[in-house]
Amino acid sequence: MASASPTPAEYVTHHLQHLTYAGDSSFISASAWHVDTLIISTLLGLIFLTVFRIVAVRATAGVPGKLQNFVEMIIEFVDNSVKSSFHGSRAFVAPLALTIFVWVFLWNSMDLIPVDLVPKLWALAYGAAGHDAHHAYIRIVPSADMSATFALSISVFILIFVYSFKGKGAGGFAKEFLFHPFGPYLLPANVLLNTVEYLARPMSLALRLFGNLYAGELIFILIALLPWWAQVIPGLGWMIFHILVVTLQAFIFMTLTIVYLSMAYEHH
Amino acid sequence: MQASIPSIVGQMIVFFIFVMFTMKYVWPPITKALEERRVRIAEGLAAAERGAASLKEASAKSDEALKAARIQAQEILTAANKQATQMVEAAKLTATHEAEKIVEHANGEVLRQVTHAKEELRRQVGDLAVLGAARILKREVNASAHADILQDLAARI
Repeated sequence: MASASPTPAEYVTHHLQHLTYAGDSSFISASAWHVDTLIISTLLGLIFLTVFRIVAVRATAGVPGKLQNFVEMIIEFVDNSVKSSFHGSRAFVAPLALTIFVWVFLWNSMDLIPVDLVPKLWALAYGAAGHDAHHAYIRIVPSADMSATFALSISVFILIFVYSFKGKGAGGFAKEFLFHPFGPYLLPANVLLNTVEYLARPMSLALRLFGNLYAGELIFILIALLPWWAQVIPGLGWMIFHILVVTLQAFIFMTLTIVYLSMAYEHH
Repeated sequence: MQASIPSIVGQMIVFFIFVMFTMKYVWPPITKALEERRVRIAEGLAAAERGAASLKEASAKSDEALKAARIQAQEILTAANKQATQMVEAAKLTATHEAEKIVEHANGEVLRQVTHAKEELRRQVGDLAVLGAARILKREVNASAHADILQDLAARI
């Protein structure tokens, strides 16, 4: 990327730098804004909403067009997933699951864009704007940024409590938290276990998605370091495999969200 | 690799807005359309079933009507045959009567003619006998000689 060809380490590090506004480079930053993640994920979300809103406006009970057919297929798939494990009102949970599924899918699919394409263009634009092109950082896969995945999983975490209170009431929730699974005599053990269980949910949700996509992105970067003639076969193989990962991770995130919410909502 | 708290919060807000939008403006119209279509398809299938049933019923009815018509036609034919036979029978009877009457009439006529002829003949024979008698009397009156001849003549008539 640099004027003199960068060392592999420099190349990889450069690719893993976020486009930030302000802030520091600490592992958990309280001040940095990941501008690339925020803008790209928002744009992808807007694409999702625009397409689905167009279909919603034109939706007809008669013979559906191709786009409507496609959207209906996704909606029925999500609705069936929700129906199979969540037994309360689906008015909020189903749209939530749909948003998660499609949004995460679009985030993940950013990983299928050649790793150097957008950074190269960004460097050109950045240089043309009179800045140092060496410092033109951008990462286009929102789900390879913990900020994005934790934003989703923390939202789900909050919703778990909301649905616990809705389904069981505060008393029911407290009772379950204190007395489950070992009964009232082992209260400290219950509290410890439940705390771990509750905390594990957002952590595992966020880190699973992040880990998969981060690793995927890193492998694409490493493949890009190979000589051009050696890139084709591993690049193709990883790409095909990644199509599966992209879909699967979006599906897993959605399904676990539904499962967590139904566990929270129902009595045990 | 970095997790940034402002980004997380910002992203959560965006996420919340997206979910709200989906919930209000995307999910309900599409699922409503799906439900409406489901109802419509169910109605269409039910209508098709009803149509098939009524077709079956109609064809059964028409079969029945055809059968009834056939039976009725048979009945009419039988009645007509019977009537024709009766008419022929009656006509025969009338004709026979008529023929008998004619024959009777003819017989009467013949009898009358014969009687008439006999009457005429008797008259003529009487005249002739008188004439013959007068002639014979002119020549020789011998009543005893000829009485038996006259008697015999009169008896023959």
